[in-house]
Amino acid sequence: MNPNRKIGDVILKVENISMSFGGVKALTNISLDVREHEVCAIIGPNGAGKSSMLNVINGVYHPQEGRIIYKGHASQSMHAHEAARHGIARTFQNIALFKGMSVLDNIMTGRNLKMHTNFLQQALYWGATQREEIRHRRKVEEIIDFLQIENIRKTPVGRLPYGLQKRVELGRALAAEPTLLLLDEPMAGMNVEEKQDMCRFILDVNDEFGTTIVLIEHDMGVVMDISDRVIVLDYGKKIGDGSPEEVRANPDVIAAYLGTSH
Amino acid sequence: MASPQALRVEAPAPSRPALDTFPQLLLNHAAVRGERPAMREKDLGIWQTWSWAEVAGEVRAMACGLAARGFKRGDRLAIVGDNRPRLYWSMAAAQCLGGVPVPLYQDAVAEEMVFVLQDAAVTFAVVEDQEQVDKLLDIRDRLPSLQHIVYDDPRGMRHYQHDGLHSFAEVLGDGRIYHDEHPHFFQSEVDAVRAEDVAIMLYTSGTTGNPKGVAHTYHSMIVTARNSIEMEGLTDQEEVLAYLPMAWVGDNLFSYAQSMVAGFCVSCPESSETVMTDMREIGPTYYFAPPRVYENLLTQVTIRMEDASPIKRWLFTYFMEHARKTGTRIVDGQQVGFWDRLGYWLGNLLVYGPVKNVLGFSRIKLAFTAGEAIGPELFDFYRALKINIKQLYGSTEAYVMICVQPNGQIKPDTVGTPAPGVEVKIADSGEVIFRGPGVFHSYWNRPDATAETKTDDGWVLTGDAGFFDDDGHLKIIDRAKDVGKFTQGGMFAPKYLENKLKFFPYIKEVVTFGDGRDHATAFINIDLSAVGNWAEKRNLPYTGYTDLAGQEPVYELIRECVEKVNADLARDPRLGHSQIKRFLILHKELDADDGELTRTRKVRRKFISERYGMLIDALYSDAVDCTIDAQVKFEDGRTGNIRATLKLRDTQIFPLTTA
Repeated sequence: MNPNRKIGDVILKVENISMSFGGVKALTNISLDVREHEVCAIIGPNGAGKSSMLNVINGVYHPQEGRIIYKGHASQSMHAHEAARHGIARTFQNIALFKGMSVLDNIMTGRNLKMHTNFLQQALYWGATQREEIRHRRKVEEIIDFLQIENIRKTPVGRLPYGLQKRVELGRALAAEPTLLLLDEPMAGMNVEEKQDMCRFILDVNDEFGTTIVLIEHDMGVVMDISDRVIVLDYGKKIGDGSPEEVRANPDVIAAYLGTSH
Repeated sequence: MASPQALRVEAPAPSRPALDTFPQLLLNHAAVRGERPAMREKDLGIWQTWSWAEVAGEVRAMACGLAARGFKRGDRLAIVGDNRPRLYWSMAAAQCLGGVPVPLYQDAVAEEMVFVLQDAAVTFAVVEDQEQVDKLLDIRDRLPSLQHIVYDDPRGMRHYQHDGLHSFAEVLGDGRIYHDEHPHFFQSEVDAVRAEDVAIMLYTSGTTGNPKGVAHTYHSMIVTARNSIEMEGLTDQEEVLAYLPMAWVGDNLFSYAQSMVAGFCVSCPESSETVMTDMREIGPTYYFAPPRVYENLLTQVTIRMEDASPIKRWLFTYFMEHARKTGTRIVDGQQVGFWDRLGYWLGNLLVYGPVKNVLGFSRIKLAFTAGEAIGPELFDFYRALKINIKQLYGSTEAYVMICVQPNGQIKPDTVGTPAPGVEVKIADSGEVIFRGPGVFHSYWNRPDATAETKTDDGWVLTGDAGFFDDDGHLKIIDRAKDVGKFTQGGMFAPKYLENKLKFFPYIKEVVTFGDGRDHATAFINIDLSAVGNWAEKRNLPYTGYTDLAGQEPVYELIRECVEKVNADLARDPRLGHSQIKRFLILHKELDADDGELTRTRKVRRKFISERYGMLIDALYSDAVDCTIDAQVKFEDGRTGNIRATLKLRDTQIFPLTTA
């Protein structure tokens, strides 16, 4: 871990969030803080509410109780597009890319909010639109270079193996130049080598761009290696919060998660 | 016809420096064709071009920057990385200062680099990126002579605080200042470089023992480059893609020396994975690739055609058949009838043109291959497309060129006639030896090895066994030391057998055994993409290499290949007794990381026979299967175990038939 990276103030504060789907309580009275520039992992057994938590943060779900304070602004819930505009980007557990579009175009869609020319200008592709596209293309190419996917930039995403699709999805999230990046199981279904690459990229993103990262992950080795802080959920409740060492030593966590896993 | 008088007038004036070193050649290009492109590199998806004048400027700045940090005449500068313009410029910069560049294989692990860096007593290293910097920093405490490391790509390097670690930009900046302060320094350094100075050290990959540093002088490199340029009629209009390891002598000749002599443009691919795309975009006119690359391209075309629609498949089959009949003859300049030419023209429009375009061969005039034998079908395929593909035979000690196939006299099973200026003969032992202008200066620090390889009158031993055929073409059978004997007599030439098997698209790698035994046997690696596709066509499910390699239908497929080779061998009275009696398919692909192949992907025979001794014993027993535990090394350096039960299979042996 790089000692020069400064962990700043709290950028995201989740206060007493509760949410249920009908009779199922997905999240019960959860509070957590995420500090600027940190890598924060949310772990827990299946159905613990991890993905729901991410969905609450970026406004896909609206919790029944509690509030979220992001960069000093409190709200019970944001809309997804507001979250995006405020610099929250995410990837999904089940890849949500445009399968028929090339890698380049997929990452370009991540620039959507940064494009300022209107529909008519874009249809004519003239003047400002052209200049804007060149500017965005440059940024996209930098991301392609960063993620080392030059060789597939024109390949339709649907033809790529799973591990690479995950990387492209990360690229699209990065294209929005987020301050807060939410990664939903970025390493699920990957082999050892792909996982290592992905870890490297996550740490590089955090280091090079200073992006705050909240990630959900099942692979304990990965979580313990790359996270500054780990939050443990179980049946919608928070049962642990601290550095990887603290969490590893927490008896509740061991009982609920580490101890019962094989 | 010019008179001797006229010739003398045209000779360069004595004051003009002779163009007999790379620094002189570079400055000459900057003066003569300063605006023409010298190098290209794709950066952020766009090709960036540097003219000869710009390259000369960068090289000067780099040389001055190195000098400002204490690089002196005779110092060694290591170069580690993929083909990048700045790494080539560093090579030139070291030469401008009278230093010796030492390119290293970029995929070597740190431990493998220690020996070379120590042996060459390298003081400066110019490397591509963080990955290479990390490797050097890991082993730095064992390299007392290494003072400075310069890196090209600054990504991830922001927090590195080590003494003597500099970015390329920093060195260039300092170099420009140094040049302003010492305006005559650079030119005087360049003028002090002599043609007989050592210009480069290329470490041989070393199938046995430690690698040896082969030192070449400017003279041997430039004369060899010039001879081959004249023989093939290359000009400063050629386009070349530099994608083979910089540490390999071939890349040094094709992407550096020949470009410096002829003044053509060299392009560097964006990354090693994008070579195919970059090939298409650049459209090289002159190309070198090991047979493996041509094989892979053909395999890809075949696979994709199998998946194409019936009409396309029919067109492809029909016109390729036509091309095989006429294309080869057109390339060789033989007479071809009007209707055949018309058919070829139509085929070119519909099939050959598009295929060549996909492969990036649209503009290709000359394609070389070397290193391993190339299959006749492969040869025919490319020649049918009017690609003048030729084999050459070379070695690091010869600065590549020993034999080249002359235009119009191409035979798949020979490597051609001696290159211009080179004498080749067969020693009494059956070993091929040569003498010529490209002969190396010496092995670095190894007068004993130099004396063993190079005789006093300049003949160099190649270590290869071969003979000249009736037309004076050299035919290489195998490494002289690998050629063995069967117990009942008769020659066992493992590589010859292996190459025959490897001509099948389904077979990627083969190791044969037979020396001191009564018959030959083989380990086989299947080609995952070709056999994988074959399996998919037959609805044969598989999870990966190991699973596919163990399947019964795959064994049947490979057995057919082996038997075809046996039938073929039976027709050759000299080698008919070396038919392969039993074989097995290995459960893992042979890999350089496990030490089974060299970095240039040659089989390490001895290592394999020690490691898989159990399997060899099983092949020479009656067993039908054998269980093995093998350790594999992952790319990050960790190790794991693969345990597998391999099936052994008998094949049919054909009676000798003398045609």
